[in-house]
Parts: sequence; C-alpha cells; structure tokens
Amino acid sequence: MTLTLKIKLERKHEEARILSLIYTIISVLLGLLVSGLVLAIHGVDLVQAYGIMAFQVFGTAIGLSEAIVRAIPIALCGIGLTVAFKAKMWNIGAEGQLLMGAIVTTGLALYLNELPRYIMIPLIFIGGFTMGALWGIIPALLRAYFNINEVIVTTMMNYIAMELVRYLIFGPWRGAKEWGYPITDEISDTAKLMAIPGTRIHIETLLICLISALAVYFIMNKTVFGYEVKVVGENPDAAKYAGISFTRIAILSMLISGGLAGIAGTGEVAGIHHRLRYPESISMGYGFTAIIAAWLARLNPIGVLLTSLFFGGLTVSGHLMKMIFRLPVAVVNVFNGVVLLSILIADLMTRYRIEVVLER
Amino acid sequence: MNSGQILSKPIVEMKNIVKRFPGVVANDHINFKVYPGEVHALLGENGAGKTTLMNILYGIYRPDEGEILIDGRRVEIKSPRDAIKLGIGMVHQHFMLIETLSAIENIALSMEASFINPTESIRSEIEDLMNKYGLKVDLDAKVWQLSTGEKQKVEILKAICRGTRILILDEPTAVLTPSEVKGLFKFMRKMVKEGKSIIFVTHKLKEVMEVSDRVTVLRKGRVVGVMKTSETNENELARMMVGREVLFTIEKPKVEIGRVKLKVENLRVLGDRGELAVKDVSFIVRAGEIYGIAGVAGNGQRELVEAIAGLRKAVSGKIIINGVDVTNRDPKTIANLGVAFIPENRRMGYVPGLNIAENLILRCYEQKPFTIKGVLNSRAIREYALKLIREYNIVTPTPEAPAKTLSGGNIQRMILARELSGKCEVILAAHPTYGLDVKSTEYVRKLLLRQKERGAAILLVSEDLDEIISLSDRIAVMFNGQIVGEIKSDEADIEMLGEMMAGIKI
Repeated sequence: MTLTLKIKLERKHEEARILSLIYTIISVLLGLLVSGLVLAIHGVDLVQAYGIMAFQVFGTAIGLSEAIVRAIPIALCGIGLTVAFKAKMWNIGAEGQLLMGAIVTTGLALYLNELPRYIMIPLIFIGGFTMGALWGIIPALLRAYFNINEVIVTTMMNYIAMELVRYLIFGPWRGAKEWGYPITDEISDTAKLMAIPGTRIHIETLLICLISALAVYFIMNKTVFGYEVKVVGENPDAAKYAGISFTRIAILSMLISGGLAGIAGTGEVAGIHHRLRYPESISMGYGFTAIIAAWLARLNPIGVLLTSLFFGGLTVSGHLMKMIFRLPVAVVNVFNGVVLLSILIADLMTRYRIEVVLER
Repeated sequence: MNSGQILSKPIVEMKNIVKRFPGVVANDHINFKVYPGEVHALLGENGAGKTTLMNILYGIYRPDEGEILIDGRRVEIKSPRDAIKLGIGMVHQHFMLIETLSAIENIALSMEASFINPTESIRSEIEDLMNKYGLKVDLDAKVWQLSTGEKQKVEILKAICRGTRILILDEPTAVLTPSEVKGLFKFMRKMVKEGKSIIFVTHKLKEVMEVSDRVTVLRKGRVVGVMKTSETNENELARMMVGREVLFTIEKPKVEIGRVKLKVENLRVLGDRGELAVKDVSFIVRAGEIYGIAGVAGNGQRELVEAIAGLRKAVSGKIIINGVDVTNRDPKTIANLGVAFIPENRRMGYVPGLNIAENLILRCYEQKPFTIKGVLNSRAIREYALKLIREYNIVTPTPEAPAKTLSGGNIQRMILARELSGKCEVILAAHPTYGLDVKSTEYVRKLLLRQKERGAAILLVSEDLDEIISLSDRIAVMFNGQIVGEIKSDEADIEMLGEMMAGIKI
C-alpha cells in the first residue's frame, strides 16, 4: 500500500483584500529573513544589518533622500508597468526603455547645448518619453501583427539598448575632455535638473513621477481607455466581441509603459549622472526591480510609489552593507528575487485554498 | 455484426451515474453497458451529457452517485491513471499533444518507456501497431507539422499502446475529412474484431449506422434508448435524440410581420481551419419574425452568426441590416446599428474579472451617459446596472460583485440584459438556452418573444428542435455550410427536420 502526499488547489470565489495585504506583508518579511540567511553565511551580524536597513536608510535625512533618488526611476518604470500588465502585455523591457531615454537625453543635451533652459528641460523629457515609448511599441507591434511573444522581444531589446549605450560611450560619444574614459562629456548646465538642496533628488522628475502616478490611477479607473485595457487583459475574446482593437490597446499600453521608463532615463542622465556612462551605472536594474515593485503594489500606480521607496531604500542599504561589511551588492538582488517569489506564493494563497491530503 | 459476443458479460457497466454541475444535472441516473468486441455508439446532442459520462469513466470527473464495474468488479476510478491501469484509453475531442515534440516522443511520454533512450525502446512496438491497424504516421515528424487526421492517429496510438481494452473516441470524426473517416472506421472494426471494445461518442446519425454494433441515446442527461444498431434506423434515432416532449407550452404572440431588417445574400465565410464553412447562404428576417436555424453544431452556424456580428470576415456575399450594407464592418459599428448578439460561447460574452456593472456596459461603454468626453460616469453606470439587475432578475448582492461569482443562468441573464436593453432591431441569438436549467430556459425564451412583439427581427440558432419549432416563424436547416431547406414552422415536422439535420434529405 502506498501513501501519496497530494497538494490540492481549490479556487476561492471571494477575493479577500485584508488577507491579501497580510500575505503581502508576510512575504516581504519572509524575503528579509531569507536574505538575512545569506548575510549570516557571510558572517554578518544580523541585528546590525537590519539596524542599518531600518535606521540608517529610513531613519536619517541623507539615507531617506538617497532612497528617494533610487525610488524615482523604479517608480516611473513601475507605474508604466501597471498599465502594460493590466493589458497582459508582459513588458520585461523597462530597463532598455529607460536606457533609450537616457541616450536621447544625452544626445539632445550634448548637441543642442545652445538651447535655453526653459526649452531644453521640456525637450529632454519629451525626447526621453518618445524614445522609451518607441522602444516599447516595437514589441507591441510584433505581438499584435505577428503574434511574437513580447516577453522575449522586450527582454532581448534590453540587451540591444545596453550595447547601444556601450557603443556610444566607447565610440562616437566618448568624451573629448574625459581622458579616454568610456563616458561622454558632461552635458550643458541648461540640461541639468534642479536638485533639492543638500540632496541628489531631482525635482522635475520627482514631480513628473508623482503626477504620473495620479494620472495613471485616474486613467485606469475612470476612463474609457482604462476600461478597454482591463477588458483586453481579462478576456481578449470579449474585447473582440465589444469591438475593442487589441492592436490599439497593445500599442497604447506599451507606449505609456515605455514612455514613463524613458522619462526615468532622462531623470538619471539630467538629474544624477549629467552624462552617459556604463549602462550598469545609469540604471542599476531599476527596470527589473520595477516589475517587482509593480506586483507588490498589486498593479496600483499609487501603491507603486510606496513599494518603489521600499526597494529604493533596499538598494541604498545594499550599498551601505557593501561598504560596512564588504559584501557583494548581489545580496540585494537575492533579496529582490526572494521577495518576488514570496509575493507570487502569497498571490496563490489569496486566490486558492490549499489543501494537503494523504491519499492511498 | 458481432451479435454473438453480445451475449457475454459486459466489460464496462456504469450504474445509476449522477453528476451535477452548478445549475445543471449533466448525468441523471445513467446506466450504460459496453460488451467486449463491440463498437458502442453514445449518441446525443451537444450538452446531452455524453462527454461528462465519458470523463467519469476516464477518471477526470468523480460521479456524485452511482458505481462503475469493469469486468463485473466494482472499481473506483479516481484519475486517468487509474483508468489506464484498468485498460481504458480515451481520445479527446481536443488533442492532448505537445506540439513541439515528435509523434513518437509524445507516445513515449504517455507510456512508461525506459528512462534511457525512451523513443527507441518503444519504436518497434509502435511500428507493429501502426502496421496492424493501418495507422500510418511519420513518427519522427513534430506534432505541429502533422495534419489533424495524423494528430488523431498519434492520439489513438498513444491510447492503444498501453494495452487498452476499452477505447473511448470522443467525437472523433468532427475534425476529419471523409476519406480519413473511412480509415478511422476501418481501424475501429479491426480493433473490435480482436475482442476489444470501442465507445464511439458522436452526434452524427449516419456514422452510428455505419460503424456501430449497438447504440445508447442520451438526451438532457438521461438515457432515452439502448438498442442494436441493426434494429433501428436514422429516423428513429433522430427522433430519440432531439426528443418530443416540450419543456413548456409557449403562446406564440400574433405579431404583424414588418419590413426586412436582416438580409444575407450569397454569403461565404471561412472557418477556423481555413475551410469554407458557410457556402452561399441567403435568407431574410423581417421585423417581428423569428427565423430559426436548425442543424447539428459544426455545420457553419457559428461562422454564419459571427460573420453577421462582424467578428469574422466574409469571403463574398452581402449582409444588409436595415438597408445598410454592413459586410465586413467592425463589430462596434454593427452593434451601434441595433444588432444584439448573444454569443454561442458564453466565455466571449462577458469579462469574468470585471464587475457586473462594468460587464453590463461592455457594448455601449463609449456612449452617453456612461462616458462623457472619455471619462466614465460611475454613477450613471451604477444606476443603469441596478435597473437592469432588477428588470432581468439577476441574482447578486451588488452591481460591484465580480461577474465570475455569478451562476451560469445569471451570467446568461446578464448577457441578455445587456444585449436586449438597447434599441435592438436585429437579435442574433446563438444557442441562447444552452446549458441552462428549465427556469432560466423559460425566461430566456419569453424574453425573445417579448422582443418579437416589440418588432425586432430575430435570428435563432439552436440544436434544440423543440426550441426552434416552438419559437420560430420560419425554420431553415443548415447542413455542411448550406441551408438545405426552409419551411414554415407550422408545417414543420420534427422527423423531417431531424432527417434534414442529419443530411439525409438534401
């Protein structure tokens, strides 16, 4: 006689919001704990490590301001992703869309350096949005017309964007005044964003970020376009029946998603680095972290602001740990991965009743 | 005929099987016996409960009541694995193959082939089976490269290479060309000659007569007849399959028939596989008239209705609504001309994740007062939803409840509420009562008659002949993509319609 252990999943009808929140919090804590294990393996004092995370990052002005600096690009990408994901367009390419925004911003700032500030600043944001949007539309078109999986296309286009940045900084755009380093010259002052004094927080991008969170919330919940996105995402057959064009929704949702990521790129170049440099330096995986931030916020754009701040803080604490404990920054990536897995499990638990049964 | 063997003990015996789904009794105390060495046809309309019964035998569903005996011994079939162990194999209507693997890899997957070099260890065995039964397939071709008929052969090989004694074929001919059907029948006869049994699930009368030894007829979840094929004929089977008893009597209102509202001229439409599914169909429907299209599913009705609704392109021909040529126009334009569409596939008609109010505006969300300058007016939407919920008796605590929490009958009410509440001029109703319980069925039929009184032109597609006869003014029968006959409903005779549906009289 053999006994088998079976796990049965049964769909729940009601969606429990409070339960979902509880599971989300548990999943974050679980992520912290498991990555704590990684820290412990490196011989780090856990109390001290969590202390840094809680107090140095979120408890000091400079820590918090740095967390906000990292949160801005994550939030911009994440807000856009809520739209794409609602349409079930799995955009994994925010990273590349961000970099394309960074490229255009650098180009405009370097070559049109005689433009006055009040034209230059709007121009680089429009340029960043347009280029990011374009980078997002390409996979949408391939999906709509040739049914090519957008996950693969968006993922691969990240690498194209990264290599393009590398080509530019090693090749045509390598700075004349930079002693041969693979970076561009510094952009003109007219293209530099304003910072909150004493911090690196670039005001223009922060404002755009906050406004776009509200705007996307409004669009998704109160407008015809938001309604159409939800119908297409939930049931493409019903969308066809209602006469909603999949192509249009795919393109527009990827346009918003890619465009906001492009703006994040503008912010990084014009607000932080003031030049184009290695893709890993321009974006430390913000476009990927944004995927987790968007899911953790349950695709609510306003919630993305909070989750981005959390992941921004985490990135900063990763840097602190690197300095204090001489740990690899990859520890942060471990944490991100564990949290994403925990969220997915939490999601499953809110939607299904899980039963473990012994069967003969 | 193998009538001699029928005297032996049954190999499969299903006793008093009951299976309920929310709102429907799919199998209502069914008794079903299969003997060794016979092709046993399980005949019935769509929704009669054939597939449910077979899924119970194959362990996909568990029955709510009743028992199953194999070789006279009571068995519990908890999963397809149990069924396979008992020697039961099933070829599903929708193939369960992995497209990117080769044919032999698919077969090896389903067998417990050896861990090392699994495909080679079974190759000779499979080749023997192929030769023996005439099931020639290129074993090394990837499944996606195979034709539908060849895929079916792979499925059959998969099912019989495991020492299957009882093979279930669920609507196997639906996807085959006539010559492929001949090949399949040859295989079936060969298999039963060896003393094995085949359960042949179908709704095609001709095929029952051609290949089976005995037949069990199901209707609305019940067994309505079991007999030797040699002792019956297509007429009798048709009558049993569609039944005679009327659910309830309908007072057909006297309505003045008005001008032509829907006109279809020489319409040709392609099916999903690129075949010509609708062949030169022409008809008109006038105001206040219900035009019924009878026919066994898969004879072009779905494609016809979808073309009229704008969901499918017409190859040639014309569709005219209220004097406006709408051929190949988009679904929104057509809906805005006052065309209501109750789709055959309910999944298409609603969005499970959105709430009821949002579902109720699915076809008019862009219009005032629901949308003003691109912004949704949630108050107007809510009020409208409350009104429809009341008018159409949709059972829900609130319009904000997700549509997926509704029962099947209530989902259909929601769809009808949305489609019929506008100024509908033409109603395309495809199987509007399919899968509904008696109460909801009655409600839906009354709604359609009310619309007829209002002067709407209604195109009713149904497999249920009672429904067609009791509601329609004129009836057309579709067979093989064509309208093979049109009669007034008061001259209609269920036997004659049954024959036409089966393609006997053309």
